[in-house]
Amino acid sequence: MNSEENSDKATILLMGLRRGGKSSICKVVFHNMQPLDTLYLESTSNPTMEHFSTLIDLAVMELPGQLNYFEPNYDSERLFKSVGALVYVIDSQDEYMNALTNFAIIVEYAYKVNPDINIEVLIHKVDGLSEDFKVDTQRDIMQRTGEELLELGLDGVQVSFYLTSIFDHSIYEAFSRIVQKLVPELPFLENMLDNLVQHSKIEKCFLFDINSKIYVSTDSSPVDIVTYETCAEFVDVTIDLHDLYKIQGKEDALAGSTGNKPPPEVKGVSALNNGVVIYLRQMIRGLALVALIRPDDTDVESCLTVVDYNVDIFKKGLEQVWAHARITSPEGK
Amino acid sequence: MSSNNRKKLLLMGRSGSGKSSMRSIIFSNYSAFDTRRLGATIDVEHSHLRFLGNMTLNLWDCGGQDVFMENYFSQQKDHIFQMVQVLIHVFDVESQEVIKDIEIFTKALKQLKKYSPDAKIFVLLHKMDLVQRDKRQELFQIMMSKLQETSSAYGFPNLVGFPTSIWDESLYKAWSQIICSLIPNMATYQSNLKKLKSVMGAREIILFEKTTFLVICSSNTVSGELLDPKRFEKISNIMKNFKQSSMKLKSSFKTLVLNNTIYVSELSSNMMCFIVLNHSDDPQDLILENIKKAKAHFQ
Repeated sequence: MNSEENSDKATILLMGLRRGGKSSICKVVFHNMQPLDTLYLESTSNPTMEHFSTLIDLAVMELPGQLNYFEPNYDSERLFKSVGALVYVIDSQDEYMNALTNFAIIVEYAYKVNPDINIEVLIHKVDGLSEDFKVDTQRDIMQRTGEELLELGLDGVQVSFYLTSIFDHSIYEAFSRIVQKLVPELPFLENMLDNLVQHSKIEKCFLFDINSKIYVSTDSSPVDIVTYETCAEFVDVTIDLHDLYKIQGKEDALAGSTGNKPPPEVKGVSALNNGVVIYLRQMIRGLALVALIRPDDTDVESCLTVVDYNVDIFKKGLEQVWAHARITSPEGK
Repeated sequence: MSSNNRKKLLLMGRSGSGKSSMRSIIFSNYSAFDTRRLGATIDVEHSHLRFLGNMTLNLWDCGGQDVFMENYFSQQKDHIFQMVQVLIHVFDVESQEVIKDIEIFTKALKQLKKYSPDAKIFVLLHKMDLVQRDKRQELFQIMMSKLQETSSAYGFPNLVGFPTSIWDESLYKAWSQIICSLIPNMATYQSNLKKLKSVMGAREIILFEKTTFLVICSSNTVSGELLDPKRFEKISNIMKNFKQSSMKLKSSFKTLVLNNTIYVSELSSNMMCFIVLNHSDDPQDLILENIKKAKAHFQ
């Protein structure tokens, strides 16, 4: 949480050799770009910042691969001190030896300046690899980084590895985990979600950031990638449909602004033929709660009423957590 | 009776123009991205699709390589061109051999005039996404006037054309209109839908076919309301995506309620209705009950 104190924003630093896919990741995750369109992206020449705010304010800083961080006139010490996570992108379809050496040097420096930094490695572009080869590559990269770090005497450093591709949901999953480590209120959120799950016949629920479709938090049961995909796609479906007929919503909002009424929240409920109900409610600050409900033998109607009530309470709780976070963060400075 | 409900659709066009891709997207739940897996179609691929329960669409996807084409116009001509209700001819807008494309088109028209003179002709100018945005309309006009001229010369003056691309909603728009031209009791659906709209006080009701999510018809909205003119196709696209994602949970979706104003529900075994209400304060039970009652009128 030291990084929290240094700046009011948690910053994620995105690094890697050139043409590793850093800009593509940024565009796909934070700007909803179609993965195929990233082919036409130009090489990045200047460090760029992306701001986005979910429960916490986040900034993603992308450093171009060709930049030399250790030039004396480049203030890399301040840079590494201010970030919460260092994300290093390795192109798995390319020769990655240089990348590993480069990574070890960066880690050595970053760890010296800021021992609290979270170090994450994205083994990227795995969509081109076969299933067996993926696992082999991951093992190889993990082993080699381990050796490199050991040589530098950094064997105590925790490094997390993720296999990612922009063509499926793995990149969102990886970013979700990375962001979650930076949310100081995560244990409270998980606890609240667990409570909600226990009392509402919910099978699995996620707290999504609507814009980027990464999840800020989930209950403590294991995440199944299929469930995540379905929930993420449901967010898309409801938001898209909602936007199509928004004109009336706008009128409401306009009328509401004069009467000091908040705009109506988005709520979507879909019943599937196998009894599962997908439930979405908009929360505060661009977040949405998506839950898979299995009413089983009970009446669907009454089950949903209970869920509605519980989610109302959850939302209030979330507002309180958020209000509290706002009070404490200036004190931390 | 049975022959009346069987509709033969010919899907033609040069090799690589995108016939099988569009067929897979509309009728087999492929995503646009999946179509790159498709290989060349050999000879004719038949697919039988039940549409709106009592209607069967026989879609003949005719492989477009020159060898097969020669065959269609010589040995197999009576087999292929008999009893055709609709000819859908696909043109690749990026094609280098426009003259050759049109030549094939005229050959098909000639045979059609001989074997099924009542057929409706649709042309799809496909792969529009490859053309610059501001040039699309112009290109479409030029191509259409040329094709119109050709088809009139062969006795089919009512040519209908659409610019299409598998990467946006235009494909749904084109296919919706093609399919709609085949539905005989459209007027009944339309009037029923209008009645339902006034009973429920809805802003708009749209009727979709269940498997393909093509628009069957919609209650006309009051003019003056500013709604997205492409909304039908967009809904088709969105709902189809949702259908696919609900398949990941090994199921299909039954109802979808959004903000208590948008209801998507089954209306009969092969139709879905998409209802947009004016007010969000109507009780949900009432709406669902209304939908249930309305089902009787849409069998």
